[in-house]
Amino acid sequence: MEDMIVSTLERAMVAGTPLLLATTGEVICERSGILNLGVEGVMSMGAVVAFIVTMTTGEPWLGVICAVGVGMAISIVHAFASVSLQANQVVSGLALTMLGLGFSGMMGKPYVGKPLLIKMDDLAIPFLSDIPYLGKILFSQSPFFYLAIFLALTAWFFLEKTRLGIQIRSTGENPRATETQGINVSRIKYLSILIGGGFSALAGAHLSISYSKSWIEGMTAGRGWIAIALTIFALWNPARAIWAAFLFGFIFVVQYLLQPLGISPNFLSMLPYIATLIILLLISFKDPRRLNAPAMLGEPYKRGER
Amino acid sequence: MERNQRLEMKGISKSFHGIPANQDISFCIESGEILGLLGENGAGKTTLMNILYGLYQPDAGEIRINGTPVRIHNPVESIFHGIGMVHQHFMLIQNHSVLENIALSYKDTPFFFPKLKIREKIETFSKSFDFNMDLTKKIWQLSAGEQQRVEIIKALLNGADLLILDEPTSVLTPQEIKELISILKGMKAKGHMIIFISHKLDEIMDICDRVLVLQKGRIAGSALTRDTDKTSLARMMVGRDVVFNIKREKIERGRQILSVEHLDVMGDKGIPALKDISFDVFENEIFGVAGVSGNGQRELAEAVTGIRAVKSGKIRINDQDITNTSPRHIYDLGVSHVPEERIRFGIAPGLFLYDNAILKQHHLKKFSQRYFLKYKEVKHHTKTLMNDFNVSAHSINSQIRNLSGGNIQKLILGREISEKPQLLVASHPTYGLDVGATEFMRNHLLMLRKTGSAVLLFSEDLEEIFELCDRIAVIFDGEFMAILDSDDQRLCDIGLMMAGSERI
Amino acid sequence: MMNLIVTDRYDISAVRSFMTNLLSLASGLFMIGLVFLFLGVNPFYAIFKIFSGSFGSFYGFKETLTKAIPLILIGSGLTLAFRAKFWNIGAEGQLLMGAIFASWTGLFLGNDLPSYIIVPLMFFSGFIGGALWGIIPAILKIRFSINEVISTLMLNYICADFLTMLIVGPWKGSTRFGFPGTDNLPDAAILGIIPGSRIHYATFILSILCAIILCIVIYKTRFGYEARVVGENPDAGRYAGIDFLKTTLILMIISGGLAGLAGVGEVAGIHHYLGYPAAVSSGYGFTAIIVAWLAKLNPLLTLISGIFFAGILVGGDAIQISLGLPAATVNIVNGILLICLIMGDYFLRNKIRLQLSK
Repeated sequence: MEDMIVSTLERAMVAGTPLLLATTGEVICERSGILNLGVEGVMSMGAVVAFIVTMTTGEPWLGVICAVGVGMAISIVHAFASVSLQANQVVSGLALTMLGLGFSGMMGKPYVGKPLLIKMDDLAIPFLSDIPYLGKILFSQSPFFYLAIFLALTAWFFLEKTRLGIQIRSTGENPRATETQGINVSRIKYLSILIGGGFSALAGAHLSISYSKSWIEGMTAGRGWIAIALTIFALWNPARAIWAAFLFGFIFVVQYLLQPLGISPNFLSMLPYIATLIILLLISFKDPRRLNAPAMLGEPYKRGER
Repeated sequence: MERNQRLEMKGISKSFHGIPANQDISFCIESGEILGLLGENGAGKTTLMNILYGLYQPDAGEIRINGTPVRIHNPVESIFHGIGMVHQHFMLIQNHSVLENIALSYKDTPFFFPKLKIREKIETFSKSFDFNMDLTKKIWQLSAGEQQRVEIIKALLNGADLLILDEPTSVLTPQEIKELISILKGMKAKGHMIIFISHKLDEIMDICDRVLVLQKGRIAGSALTRDTDKTSLARMMVGRDVVFNIKREKIERGRQILSVEHLDVMGDKGIPALKDISFDVFENEIFGVAGVSGNGQRELAEAVTGIRAVKSGKIRINDQDITNTSPRHIYDLGVSHVPEERIRFGIAPGLFLYDNAILKQHHLKKFSQRYFLKYKEVKHHTKTLMNDFNVSAHSINSQIRNLSGGNIQKLILGREISEKPQLLVASHPTYGLDVGATEFMRNHLLMLRKTGSAVLLFSEDLEEIFELCDRIAVIFDGEFMAILDSDDQRLCDIGLMMAGSERI
Repeated sequence: MMNLIVTDRYDISAVRSFMTNLLSLASGLFMIGLVFLFLGVNPFYAIFKIFSGSFGSFYGFKETLTKAIPLILIGSGLTLAFRAKFWNIGAEGQLLMGAIFASWTGLFLGNDLPSYIIVPLMFFSGFIGGALWGIIPAILKIRFSINEVISTLMLNYICADFLTMLIVGPWKGSTRFGFPGTDNLPDAAILGIIPGSRIHYATFILSILCAIILCIVIYKTRFGYEARVVGENPDAGRYAGIDFLKTTLILMIISGGLAGLAGVGEVAGIHHYLGYPAAVSSGYGFTAIIVAWLAKLNPLLTLISGIFFAGILVGGDAIQISLGLPAATVNIVNGILLICLIMGDYFLRNKIRLQLSK
């Protein structure tokens, strides 16, 4: 029983990792006032690029870097449409998801079902990993796990404690006022979208080269959309995103725990999606003043409009 | 770099969509001078200053600083040239703290831990100008006067030698205005240049050394304040003698239409916006609510018209309880509403003019038959409205966003009073209108009064309040400081009441 | 120096709007051509193949019309929702729910009832299924301010899992040799087709009627007016006393219900049994988003844009087989076309000219 709990929690951490990465990226992006519904597609792109590069070069970290690069590059589509052309962000985000899913499916076709033989070793942290239970759950995980937590904390620090962070948040709150302070609002938004895209792709890379070590079309399975919901749940705060993501990681793996009890696996696979709706429902009872949503989220901003 | 001691604008012209906003404007200002920029709404004052601040590029003309021509492409460059601007609508991030707002604009903010490092700087600086405020407070928690001071600190910290203030007194109480004036005089003594934009003659005469009058985008005149008087400035400003042709006859008020008892309403921020408000409005009466905007006027108007939920208290129309019923129900009982932010509430910008002309009446028998709208009647009605209220537009088939602000306003007023309301709730009905349209609007309100309607008028313009109203309530921080007949002598203290320091 | 001067365009004529759309599509096809080039396929040949496959032959055109049915049904419903700025991305799920309801009706009542009763009953239950699935996000948005994009998407996944649960569990057919899926619907519950094609005509006629009726609803009725006001400016809607919950519920009943009808058509007209969700919905719920957008949110125009995109789906299938391209190609084509339409909108809304200055 104990072993089962430890291994469930351990897997919850693994399952939460891509959610945390993608949520952190979306938080940064939405803080600048841009709603990016392209996460699912960019994540898929990240997964396929990381997989292909790792498979052909044998260098997983090169795969990760390429994935992040491609993720940022494809996010330019959304940046151009939503910032430069002031297009509807819902539609342009959906278009990005279509493109991402399409291109990843196309590029990955020859690789479907092939196992990845290169292993990315788990990183056991000396001493800490010897702590009973906790050591196994928290301190002998894949490098992505530590990276995700480190990046989330960095993102928090970056948003709250740096000048650029203030500029990004101000852009999401009041782009006109920000612009009159001499800040290039478009540049800030582009930057945030690209960072967000990089994070999404990183999440995808984790899925294909660390989590499942294979590529199959549709392997992101809605994680990108859940990340968008988690952004709300985390109240646009990357630090809160950490526990939000791992809570959802737990929901993802709890299905394997319950399956032996004779519950339909299809019912169990609904759980993350149902949980997302329930979480959003709970959040809605919170005082809207303390929700902290960027005031101009999703609103196109046109420069110099009278 | 050397200080900015003399600034010149020469031959500035700028137009929007082919409509000139500034035409061939030239002036200069020197160290230690306060220059007043006077003109009606829409005279081009703000456009001119936005050009100076780098937000717009002039179509023609040049700017010279200390005699050297410069081009100002954006606000950063204007800050570099020592120009600071306090906009009429503050350019502050409401959800951020004072510190974060200043860190955003300060040019030497360090990259890491910005708040920590500039805190001391602000504190020493505030002392020399006798400001003092809690830097960790969020902007929305500050009063308008405090927010304005944040804006001034922002400009001064960036080394502004020239400070542009756009309608700085419009949101202040008389007490806060006094404080602002002393700050400005202090700055003047330190050799700063100040451009003070206003349409209020008294202030201009009080504060400024020199005044430049704009009318319809051109310079209508300029004078030293000590050599001129209000009458001649007023004449320059409107291009003719201002005699409002408005006569308020004595009419006995009729029966009670609106009654409000012990009303408590929450504001958007979740803090009480109205506290225990009670009053009545009668037939043949204009009831004015005076006060600095943001003291609960909007919430009161919204509560009465059913847009905003009432926390406690009662609102009755003709003795019928309408507390927390639907806006449509209240409209059907004869309550019309000219909202404060007309573009935000009053219209659906992408829809056609005729769609907007029936925004609140589309459900009436006149315009709809079961599930369908009678577009023939709607269009006919729209044409009548446009005729009666002088709305000029390409055609009734154009999107309403293409109309000018004044025309939108006239359409909304027309729409709201064409059904002859029992009660009209009018928020700042003449704000942003030119003289002719203002007169037209005021006369319409008086006509409603004469024909038996009740009017609940919100205005910041005291002149308007005194001219139109039978009774006047003064609102401060969600409470009525007084409800007085408009000829009551005690109203000479209205300034103190608006500032909350006197209550009757 | 050269400057781009961007100004608002106020006079948008129908001709300009049409031409802009046409140009957007053309430039989209150009970019798709580049993708083909990248894949080592002759782009002219591939694009020629797409259109000859879908519009060039009688057989292809019949297939195109078959696939246009769900696209028009869903697309016209989406125009209504999108006009009220209700971003219903959940047509996939609503379609599946319609299919589930209709299958239940067909499977469990179809043996005892004549065709002229069971078929209308299936359409009715399919509509109800889609509408119910559409009502949920409407209530979540209005009562609990939950973003409808997220909720409709989550409901897609939930519905797909629910459907799978049914076909591997209680509804699993005895004639499927152990594979997931229900038994075939009884003959009485199967929709008639135009001979020599797969066009289930009842749904086909329904889709055309829906596009026309919705056009009247949007432009001529009080409800359509209120939906447009809410979409243009919710604050003005509040001020005008429009009941948001009622308006949103009605429009999602229509939008979800029409997606449900599309589900009926797929199950009873094409597959004749309830199979895997991906097979039932074929992604129509997402493609219909572009159909609605290309139609400039005018339901009547979905008749054209629906057939156009159906053609791309059919042609896409054709080149997948003949050129050995992956199935995901359709996603790329859709994504590129949608992006190009968005860009086209920009040029429609703004005048752009080049100014030479010193």
